[in-house]
Amino acid sequence: MSPIVQGLLTIVIGVGGCVGYFYASNLILDKVIFPIQAKNPGRNINRANMVRPWLFLFPAMFALSLYLLYPVVGSFWRSLFNRAGDEFIGLGNYASLAADSTFQTAFLNNLLWMLVVPAASTFLGLLVAQLTDRIRWGNIAKSLIFMPMAISFVGASLIWKFVYANNPDIGLINAIRFAFGATETLDVLQLRFWNNFFLMAILIWIQTGFAMVILSAALRGIPEETIEAAIIDGANPFEIFFKIKVPQIMGTIVVVWTTITILVLKVFDIVYTMTGGNFGTEILPSYMMSYMFRDDGRATAVAFVIMLIVLPVMIWNIRQARQEMK
Amino acid sequence: MDNIAGTKSSLTWAVHLSVALLVIIWLVPTVGLMVSSFRDRDQITASGWWLSPLPVTQNFAVKAEGDPVERDGLFVLEGNVFGEGSGTVSEFGGRRAAPTEFATGETGTLTRDRTLSVQADGSYTYTSPAEIKRAPSIYFASETPPEFSLGNYEQIFSSAGMDRAFINTLTVTIPATIIPILIAAFAAYALAWMEFPGRGLLIAMVVGLLVVPLQLALVPMLKLHNAMGVGQSFLGIWMAHTGFGLPLAIYLLRNYMVGLPRDIIESAKVDGATDFQVFTKIVLPLSFPALASFAIFQFLWTWNDLLVAKVFLPSNSESWVMTVKIADDLLGSRGGDWGILAAAAFVSIGVPLLVFFTMQRYLVRGLLAGSVK
Repeated sequence: MSPIVQGLLTIVIGVGGCVGYFYASNLILDKVIFPIQAKNPGRNINRANMVRPWLFLFPAMFALSLYLLYPVVGSFWRSLFNRAGDEFIGLGNYASLAADSTFQTAFLNNLLWMLVVPAASTFLGLLVAQLTDRIRWGNIAKSLIFMPMAISFVGASLIWKFVYANNPDIGLINAIRFAFGATETLDVLQLRFWNNFFLMAILIWIQTGFAMVILSAALRGIPEETIEAAIIDGANPFEIFFKIKVPQIMGTIVVVWTTITILVLKVFDIVYTMTGGNFGTEILPSYMMSYMFRDDGRATAVAFVIMLIVLPVMIWNIRQARQEMK
Repeated sequence: MDNIAGTKSSLTWAVHLSVALLVIIWLVPTVGLMVSSFRDRDQITASGWWLSPLPVTQNFAVKAEGDPVERDGLFVLEGNVFGEGSGTVSEFGGRRAAPTEFATGETGTLTRDRTLSVQADGSYTYTSPAEIKRAPSIYFASETPPEFSLGNYEQIFSSAGMDRAFINTLTVTIPATIIPILIAAFAAYALAWMEFPGRGLLIAMVVGLLVVPLQLALVPMLKLHNAMGVGQSFLGIWMAHTGFGLPLAIYLLRNYMVGLPRDIIESAKVDGATDFQVFTKIVLPLSFPALASFAIFQFLWTWNDLLVAKVFLPSNSESWVMTVKIADDLLGSRGGDWGILAAAAFVSIGVPLLVFFTMQRYLVRGLLAGSVK
């Protein structure tokens, strides 16, 4: 069966199945299990209303538990076994990770990514948000800087491959170097240590738009009175920005920062397409993929290390959410 | 505001200039890719895309065919490098290693006392003291007018198999976008408007799951899919994308639904509507903006995904989606073929860009609802 037909069929079955499930389960609840026409309609309605939320929630909660909750436990459990999965080796995979120099490189590089990418994206996003706030073509400028958000990491990597290319007739960087008198090409992706920053530039290029959109909305939300008061007191534009505006949107800045930090831990595409993890550019997600299909024990151990790094942010997010609900 | 804000006109100019600079920096890489994808593949490596509207100096090689004539004890071969056509030669040479050794009009001395001279109009004279047995090669550089065509696109769709990958991407994306919406909408309604014990806990769980790294799910879920008989297949990837998309879907939709006016929902309930009716007749239609936001997110995410496709789809050329095709096939086997790469990349980012520019409003709204709260 051709995949297209299969896809259309899946849409029909999936959507039809969902509608059917919700409709039928509600019908059964109201007409069969707790009918209103029975002796005790009040009690039956109450009982039906106690069950109904779980009918609504069941498919989503089932899928969530299966695809996201179970893997946390399942991955950890698998990481305690050897490559073939038949021998329990405790924390053996973690011990061999710690001893592996590639893992150490990946870990340190990832820390570097987590420091640089969120900081640079948030800073640039804030800069663009502030600069475009009061100019007439600001929305067009924002839209163009936001555009890379729609591009896949693979597509973005290819776009930047053209910028970084060794050939001065293709790569913009080498062309500029030649224009300033260089005579030998430079492959920036093979430049130890610094190549990491050239890879990070791609993610910064993508994520600045995200930071900009959110920070721009936050800037617009600042009460005008606070700014007017500062102007009357004689503050200059820089003071207004750093002492009045930034403190008021600090909460949003933290949210943007943490969101991008989490993202950095998931993106394996850029390293995979640009260098394949060679030349000392490995990061944890790409390191994990190099073990996927080869050594599940190790791959899950790396995944769990990533999870441990994410954990503080997750706890902080949950606490924030609970506070808002009160 | 602008006048009393203490903004000096010099500062305004600085703002305009720096924004313009940033926009240019942000656009240049994409524009480069787009221009390159339409250029002739030989011209791409001959001059930078920023020079593409100008004529390109390219190197060519021709065989000097024809019958040698004996003249003054020398064997002479005459003709024109352009054959029947015409053009302008700037430099020429007789060796592959030095294709632009001599300027036009010069008489270049080659090995074993042979000589070659090429005029600007392409006519050449080749002399040799010994008999000419094989047609010698003439190398020359000539300016060619800029060539733009759809040749690269034709090639990726005809021979490189990008058409198949495009259809596969579409096949993965559409069900994976549509199916989670409905599942999430019901759950979001329950979390927003129904009272039951444990609701707060479930919302906290959804918030927590938002940041769970996908990497954790890969090994256990693939194993489960294999055990269930789903294996690596389209069905598997639809299920995986549905599961992975749900936290964001529920979170976005719940945040939106909570903000709907309480009066409408309560008066409907007073009039005797059940939760099911309230949901389908009132909440769902009113939540359209949030549904659209999520749909765009999920569409972009599934279209652009590489990780899930690599793990949950079989790795053969029939099932490659575009991202996998580019990353694993084109970059490997055609790593140096820039025209093909540019066209393939542009095909894969074209649809998301279209969606982005037509539905930016919903995308921005979704981002704000998902992050600022």
